Amino acid sequence: MSLSVSISHAFAGFALRADFETTGLTVLFGRSGSGKTTIVNAVAGLLRPDRGRIAVGGHVLCDTAAGVWLPPYRRRVGYVFQEGRLFPHMTVRQNLTYGRRFGPRAAPLPDVDAVVEMLGIGALLTRRPGALSGGEKARVAIGRALLSGPELLLMDEPLAALDAARKEEILPYLERLRDETRVPILYVSHSVAEVARLATTVVLIEAGRVVQAGPAVEVLADPAAAHAIGLAEAGAVIEARLAAQEADGLTRLATSAGSLLLPRIAAPKGTIFRVRIHANDVILSRARPEGLSALNILPGTIEAIRLGEGPGALVQLRSGHDLILARLTRRSVEALGLQPGMACHAVLKSVAVGRGDVGAA
Amino acid sequence: MAGLTAEEAQAIALSLKVALVATAVSLPFAVAIAHVLARRSFPGKQVLNGVVHLPLVLPPVVTGYLLLLSFGRHAPVGAFLYDTLGITFIFRWTGAALAAGVMGFPLMVRAIRLAIEAVDPKLEQAAATLGASRVAVFATVTLPLILPGIVAGAILGFARGLSEFGATITFVSNIPGETRTLPLAIYSELQIPGGDAAALRLVVISTVLAMAALILSEIVGTRVARRIAGA
Repeated sequence: MSLSVSISHAFAGFALRADFETTGLTVLFGRSGSGKTTIVNAVAGLLRPDRGRIAVGGHVLCDTAAGVWLPPYRRRVGYVFQEGRLFPHMTVRQNLTYGRRFGPRAAPLPDVDAVVEMLGIGALLTRRPGALSGGEKARVAIGRALLSGPELLLMDEPLAALDAARKEEILPYLERLRDETRVPILYVSHSVAEVARLATTVVLIEAGRVVQAGPAVEVLADPAAAHAIGLAEAGAVIEARLAAQEADGLTRLATSAGSLLLPRIAAPKGTIFRVRIHANDVILSRARPEGLSALNILPGTIEAIRLGEGPGALVQLRSGHDLILARLTRRSVEALGLQPGMACHAVLKSVAVGRGDVGAA
Repeated sequence: MAGLTAEEAQAIALSLKVALVATAVSLPFAVAIAHVLARRSFPGKQVLNGVVHLPLVLPPVVTGYLLLLSFGRHAPVGAFLYDTLGITFIFRWTGAALAAGVMGFPLMVRAIRLAIEAVDPKLEQAAATLGASRVAVFATVTLPLILPGIVAGAILGFARGLSEFGATITFVSNIPGETRTLPLAIYSELQIPGGDAAALRLVVISTVLAMAALILSEIVGTRVARRIAGA
């Protein structure tokens, strides 16, 4: 099922205009105040846009030209709020099953036990929200939205209030949600790490405008999008399959470009991962380097070069069928005489890829 | 009750009946008005708020007289209620209950409105996104969360009903066994030479009843609040 959004809305001193159509897990990415939550609220029916149309599959939620406006309770969207918003007077079980009493529904509701199992919240069912940790609350909030049998899941920075360890605890559940349910997900975030881990599609928002929308692997590797993402955080995502556990504690991954040695990843052989390669960590070499400590050398061809306004430059390299982004200086680009179409090698230290950069594909 | 004359026992029973009926009947209206005042904005909201609070600031005699003008047998509202529902207020205990209800109403609305304003509208939004209509949101989220406020408001209204004097005596007079509630009985005793001792007994009973209501409201309120906040 696909989500199509085409809305415009004016606030005092701020105009929002968003057009995009997506499936899978779509991350709305942008700075605070760029209008991400406004878009999600319009999809949920909590905000009535001045003009536009919003539809999930063939189900029109809002069409100002045709005078269609469904109130939130008739939209069948599951909304996971940043602060959880669990009902304090109900137990976890009552919270989880709250949305199931309201019908009618076209499709059968998801099974409670299966969702409880997927989110690992079986031990919490008789507790009240007041007695839960932040990470537990976030998982219950996700379960509550999911169990209401939504046609679309909305998630407004569900991890923003959590520390790094709790985020790492929830991300695998979100990956399973993306891969195991067929419900489209619209996910608001300003964290590149979450985009790299979760997104199938990215919609970049800047000051109320969609500046770019497309598959995550393309947007993340696009030098033109790097500014909106944040140069320090820029980096491509490549797909890799676990090929072997090496005796010295490293893990060998197979990518379309060649093999990649990373610190031990505890997973069975054959597991497919998404690996985020920070543009800052990539070194380019025209010849295949010799006598270098870095273990990962991926051959490729330069696709695009974008010179920044300052001393920096971004180079996009196609390596196999994957894209890699490298952040260099203009001086290096000139010294090496880099040009699109030129053969090149990307060099990456194994230890540059952290645990948070490797996620389920 | 030992040591009470038949009239005194009658006054106590009547007072409890009047205050209970007044509270029970006005409570749903108080919740509705409090909800409208807390959650909606509309032209004339301040006027509605003012009308609700009038009994709190007007002399009770004025309130009683206004009730007489509107709810007398030949007055517009009174005639309508008599013709359609067969209810009479004038010189009846029902009139005493109406007076008690009207006087306690602003106190109930204030307590319940504060409770509603303390409920995070974001929780109500969350319920709506999960498929709950406005009515369902109110019944399953708002109402349980404001229960402590409703209990507090009801007991305040009940205590106010027990102590109601001015509006009652103006509206329904002082008829033993029909409209002579505790405060009216105390007043009547004080009008009789040598009635001081009897009046004092009733004063003690009134005080005990009022204190009991307040203590009960504290106990029930904290217990309900604890159950709702839950841990």
